[in-house]
Order: sequence, then C-alpha cells, then structure tokens
Amino acid sequence: MSRGILIIGAGQSGMQIADSLREDGYEGVITMVGDESIAPYQRPPLSKAYLYGEADEESLQFRNEKFYADNRIDLILGDAVVEVSLGETGGSATTASGRVLSFDRLALTPGSVPRKLDIPGADLDGVLYMRSIADARSLKSRWEAATNVVVIGGGFIGLEVAAVARKAGKNVTVLEGADRMMARAVCPITSEFFKNAHERRGSNIVLNARIDHFEGDGSRVTGVAMQDGSVIPADIVMVGIGVLARTEVANLLGLELANGAILVNEFAETSNPLVVAAGDAVMLPNPTGADGLVRLESVQNAVDQAKAAAKTLVNQREPYRAMPWFWSDQADLKLQIAGLSTGYDQTVLRGNPDEDAFSVLYYKNGRLLAIDCVNQVSDFMAARRCLTNGQTIDPAAAADSSVALKTLITD
Amino acid sequence: MPQVTYILPDGSETTLDARDGDSVMETAVKNGIKGIVAECGGACSCATCHVFVDEAFADRVGGPSDLEDDMLDGAACDRRATSRLSCQIKMCADFDGLRVEIAPKQV
Repeated sequence: MSRGILIIGAGQSGMQIADSLREDGYEGVITMVGDESIAPYQRPPLSKAYLYGEADEESLQFRNEKFYADNRIDLILGDAVVEVSLGETGGSATTASGRVLSFDRLALTPGSVPRKLDIPGADLDGVLYMRSIADARSLKSRWEAATNVVVIGGGFIGLEVAAVARKAGKNVTVLEGADRMMARAVCPITSEFFKNAHERRGSNIVLNARIDHFEGDGSRVTGVAMQDGSVIPADIVMVGIGVLARTEVANLLGLELANGAILVNEFAETSNPLVVAAGDAVMLPNPTGADGLVRLESVQNAVDQAKAAAKTLVNQREPYRAMPWFWSDQADLKLQIAGLSTGYDQTVLRGNPDEDAFSVLYYKNGRLLAIDCVNQVSDFMAARRCLTNGQTIDPAAAADSSVALKTLITD
Repeated sequence: MPQVTYILPDGSETTLDARDGDSVMETAVKNGIKGIVAECGGACSCATCHVFVDEAFADRVGGPSDLEDDMLDGAACDRRATSRLSCQIKMCADFDGLRVEIAPKQV
C-alpha cells in the first residue's frame, strides 16, 4: 500500500514540491509538516512590504485553503518531526505532538535559521532577527515606538530593514564587520554604491565595526557598545548576519552534510536515495553547469530545485539546471542580480552610480558570468535571458549605456 | 468581492472572487491557476505574471509604471497595447468583472 510522500518543512520549497508533485501526476498521499503555525507564506516581503504595512499576513499566503483541499495536500502545522526511521522501502516519522506519519519517500525542505550573535546582552528585549512571520511581528510591534534602529550586518536583509526604517524617519545605523557591504554577493563597485546610497538617504554606515556588547536597562536593549568604548543608542537592534541550514532531521537520518548543509546531487537526492532535499538548507552542484558545490539562499533556487526534487520523487529524474537570480528592494533602490559571479576576472560598469541607475557585468575569460543591476530592469531582463540561453555580451561594447543591452547579445 | 476572469492560453476561462487589495496575480496563484508563474511573488522583479487586459477595462485599470514598462519590454512574450504585470493590478470594487488573458509564455 502506498504510504505517500512526507515533506518536512512548509516553506517555499516544501510548498513547491507539493504543488509540482500534483502537476507531475503524482496521485498518492502528500503530507507536509511545518513547525510554524500558519500555512506556507512568502518570506521576502517580511522585510519590505509587510514592514511598510503594504502587505498583511493573509496576502503573504502562497495558496488558499481550497487549493490544499482540492489538491489533497495534508498540511500539519505547528508541529515538528522529532524522530524518524527509514528502511529500504520507506519509513515513519514521529512528531513532537505524537503523530506517527508513514511514508514511501521523504522530502526535506527545512530552510534555515538566523545566525545568532552571541555577545553579552544578546537576550535583551528588542534584539531581533528577521526570518519568520514571528520575527516580523516582533519587529513590527516595536516599530512605531522606536526612534533609534541599529542594524547589525550589511547584507540584503539588514539593508532592506535599514531602508524601511530610514524611510519611516528613524535614526538608522548599520554596523558591518567586513570592509564593505554585501561582500559575499557583489563586487566592490556595487558595495561602494550601496554604502554611499544609504548614507545619502541619511543612514549612518559603519564598516569594520567591532561590537563588544549590548547595553540594556535590565530588560530592554538601549544601545550597542563598541570595542572602542562608544555606545550607539538603540531601541531596536536587528541582527542580520547570515543563516544556518537546519539539519535536525538530516542528522537523525545520518545524511551526508557539506559545510553544515544537506548535500544533494543534481537530482536533489541526498546520500539516502529515498530522501530528496531542496532550498536554503542544501549544498548542491552548481546549477549553471560550472564546477563545484554552492548554497543558494534564494526564492529562485527554492522553487526551481524543488521542481527537480518533485521530478525525482515521481521517477522522472531530470538534472537541475538553472541560472540563479536574486533581488533586493531597498527603498527606492531595486537591486537585481542574475548569474553567479564567483571566479570573475573582469567587471564592466554600465551607467552612472551617482544617478542611482547602473549595472555591473561580471566576466571570466571574456564571457559573461553575472550582472548586478540597480534600477536598470531592462539590463537585468536582457542579461538574465542571455545567461539562461548560454550566450554572452562583448565586454568592450557593454559599457555604452546608450545602446540597449538586449541588442548586444551574441553566442 | 470583486470578480476577475482569467482566459488561459488554451482558451479556457476561470472566474474567481478576489480579496479586495489582492493583486490579479495573487488571486490566480492562491487558487492554483496555472500559467501565471510569478517567480518573485509580486515584487515587480521577474515579469513572469504577464497578462493582456481586456480592452473594455484597459482605461479603468490604466497603464504600467515606468519600472513595470521596462520589465514588460523584457517579458518572454511580446507585449501588446494592454500588457500588464498582474502583480501590479490590485483588485477593487471598481474592477469587478475584470477579464485578463494570460500571456502564453512567461519564462
């Protein structure tokens, strides 16, 4: 008897696996377990539209109740798998509340959790993170009353929250430990632009920041104390210093990990052939076809890798190939990135950063690898298509922003 | 609740009740309408929720912003006079009865 497919983790990837399984014709039982109490929802707006008050919780839901019912997707929310056993033809999982769930195949989409800053005062009220709807509610409930907002970490999430705070008229300080912003994702030109752009909008940006501890009044945070003895006043501290893959269930199963994430092959299969994994918690072969393993914390990867995982589950294995892309909206600055720039040996600047509109193209051996676009959606759309099709753009021609990028695409 | 009708690439039609303030894209995706991909979830970042607005509603719904206009230029399907990204059309009583044709190619 078919016991179906159990999906552990009810985020974007888990939801996509469930959806794709039905689209691929899977007729068996689909059960999805999530430890949050609400149905799968979009996370990206939490640090933008939700904080602005432009999106409410209902609008963030991926699907309505009727969709789950019509597609016979059994959602178990507010519960977590704490035990799992797996034989050669399937297994069973036990949840914290005592449910026993049998399955033929298992999909892990556990996502990630924010990396915590472990310094004195870190447990003071008002020291917040941004990952879940619960995090966003905590931030929002303190938002109106806050005058001084300190953001720790100059990455996407930190800068998005900083932009919303600044637009709301708050005093904003961003503390970045490295010597530039978003250093892991973009080149120095783009980093420098974002530092200047946030400063022009009134935020205080500190690079090479050395934080010592949080100060508080006994219960609430009141400031961030730096190693040089200075104290930056804070009503809210938002910590955005990266995420850690959730591997609790993978560890119960003894699955192979790489760099702390669940290792999968190009078919989204883990080291156990009955178990697939997708999304933020996964280390996967570079989907562009280049060598090496990558971890991609993005909507695009959560969705596209989940589709590959679903194909594997219905025995229509197809290797996962995709051109990664990302976006980050920071007030009036729309950053869009296509491709993976790792290993680039040349950059070409197109447009004028001083006008808040430019692109940086990344090359390796003269071929286009990736692009960062700021308020240049035409460049983004053209380059994304170019990269997806395995084409390139002559670096010598790309700098002339009077010529549309889409007219410069060549094989 | 205002209603919106989707004309799918295969010619079939589906009519849905929309929550006031939800976009035409969100209404479709939440109900599992295929053909509107909406990779970015409504951030006007991907141009994969391209629709053609019925002529009768074109004036009422209005045209795209500059940003959306540039995105539409790069959409997978050639744009038409009434092309819009459905994530940028928020449903309201005034749009009750809206009809949109889903562009046949989104990615």
